[in-house]
Amino acid sequence: MSPAKPKIPGTTPFDGSIARKGYALNKMCYSFNDAENRAEFLRDEDAYCTRYGLNEQQRAAIAARNVLQLLDAGGNAYYLAKFAGIFGLDMQDIGAQQTGMSKEEFKAKLVAAGR
Amino acid sequence: MANIVGAITTSHVPAIGGAIARKVQHEPYWKPFFDGFGPVREWLAEVKPDIAVVIYNDHGLNFFLDKMPTFAVGAAAEYRNADEGWGLPTVPPFKGNLDLSWHLIESLMDEDFDLTTCQEMKVDHAFTLPMALLWPDQNWPVTTVPVCINTVQFPLPTAARCYKLGEAIGRAVASFPSDARVVVLGTGGLSHQLEGERAGFINKDFDLQFMESLTHDAKWATQYSIHELVEKTGTQGIELVMWLAARGALGEKARQRHANYHIPISNTAAGLMLMEPVR
Repeated sequence: MSPAKPKIPGTTPFDGSIARKGYALNKMCYSFNDAENRAEFLRDEDAYCTRYGLNEQQRAAIAARNVLQLLDAGGNAYYLAKFAGIFGLDMQDIGAQQTGMSKEEFKAKLVAAGR
Repeated sequence: MANIVGAITTSHVPAIGGAIARKVQHEPYWKPFFDGFGPVREWLAEVKPDIAVVIYNDHGLNFFLDKMPTFAVGAAAEYRNADEGWGLPTVPPFKGNLDLSWHLIESLMDEDFDLTTCQEMKVDHAFTLPMALLWPDQNWPVTTVPVCINTVQFPLPTAARCYKLGEAIGRAVASFPSDARVVVLGTGGLSHQLEGERAGFINKDFDLQFMESLTHDAKWATQYSIHELVEKTGTQGIELVMWLAARGALGEKARQRHANYHIPISNTAAGLMLMEPVR
C-alpha cells in the first residue's frame, strides 16, 4: 500500500480503497446514462439495486438519497451525479445537502467566493 | 507541416448546456460568462483553424471503471455525444480526422507515452460544450481529435506528465505532413468541488495565479502533486491538468490574447484563456 497522504478537509479522493468498496454502486449509477434504465429504477428500486448487487450500506444510502452516505459507501461523484439527475437535483441541491446549508445559502456562498 | 495557431482553455460546466438550450446567455447570472467568448470567436473567425485537438476528461459517459485509460486518443471517423443522465440535448456529430489521430498516436507512442486508442468513442459535455461555446451555430467548421485524460479514478497522471503530453502533442502536430491550422482546446476547471463536506469549495487566488503562470512560468503548477492540487483547487479543480496539456502544446513561450474569469457558474470558478505560441 502507498504511504498515507495528508487528509484534505471535507474531501476523499476516489482512490483504489474507495473504488473497491463502491464498485457495485458505481456500476449501477453508470447505468443511469440511459433513460430506460432510469425509468426502470424508478419502477422498482429494490429489484434494480438487487440486480447490481448493492450491499446493505449502499442500499440504505440510495434509499435515503443522501450524498454523504453514498460517498461513504464508495460512490464516485461522477456516477452519483447521474443518480441525482433522476430526481432533477442540480449541483447546488447536492452541495446544500452535503454542507447542511439551504440551497440559497449554498448559492450565496459560491457568489461570495468571487469577491 | 501543420501549425498550432493557438490554444483555448475553458471551463465545461454541464449547466452551460442547459443555459444554451434555454437561450438565457444574456441573463445577469450568465452574461459575464458568455460575453467572455466574443473575442475568442472573433479570433477564430480570423484564424480559421482546420482541426481542433480537444484535450478533456470523460465524466462517466464513454469510459467506466471497468476499463479506465490514463490517456486515450480518439481515432474514429465521427464522434457523438449522448445522454449523461440529465437529458442534455445531443449536438451535431463531430467529424474526426483519422490522419491526424493516427499521426498523434504514432508520435506519442514513439515518445514513450502509453496510450489507449479508441476507434469508437462517445464524447461528453467536456468536449461538446466548449465546442458549442466557440461555435454557437454548432455547424462545426473543424475536424477533431479527442484526447481524453483520466480524472475519475485515482491515481491520476501527474500534472507534470500532463504538461509533457501536451508538449509531445505540439511536436506531433508540427511534424504532421499537412498545411492544416490546428487549434488545441483544454477543457475543465477552474477550482471547484462537487462532493463531500467541502462541496462548493472555490479558490480564486490560486486560479488567478494559475492563469497568470501559463504565460509567464507555464510549468509552475507542475511542481504540485495531484493530491496537493486537489487540496488547492478542489476534487474537480484537478481538471486544470487539461489546461496544462493545452499550454504544453504551444511550446516554450506563449502570449495571452484574451482571458476571462467569473465566479460562480454552477459550483465552478469559470475560466477562459486564449493563448498563441510565441515563436
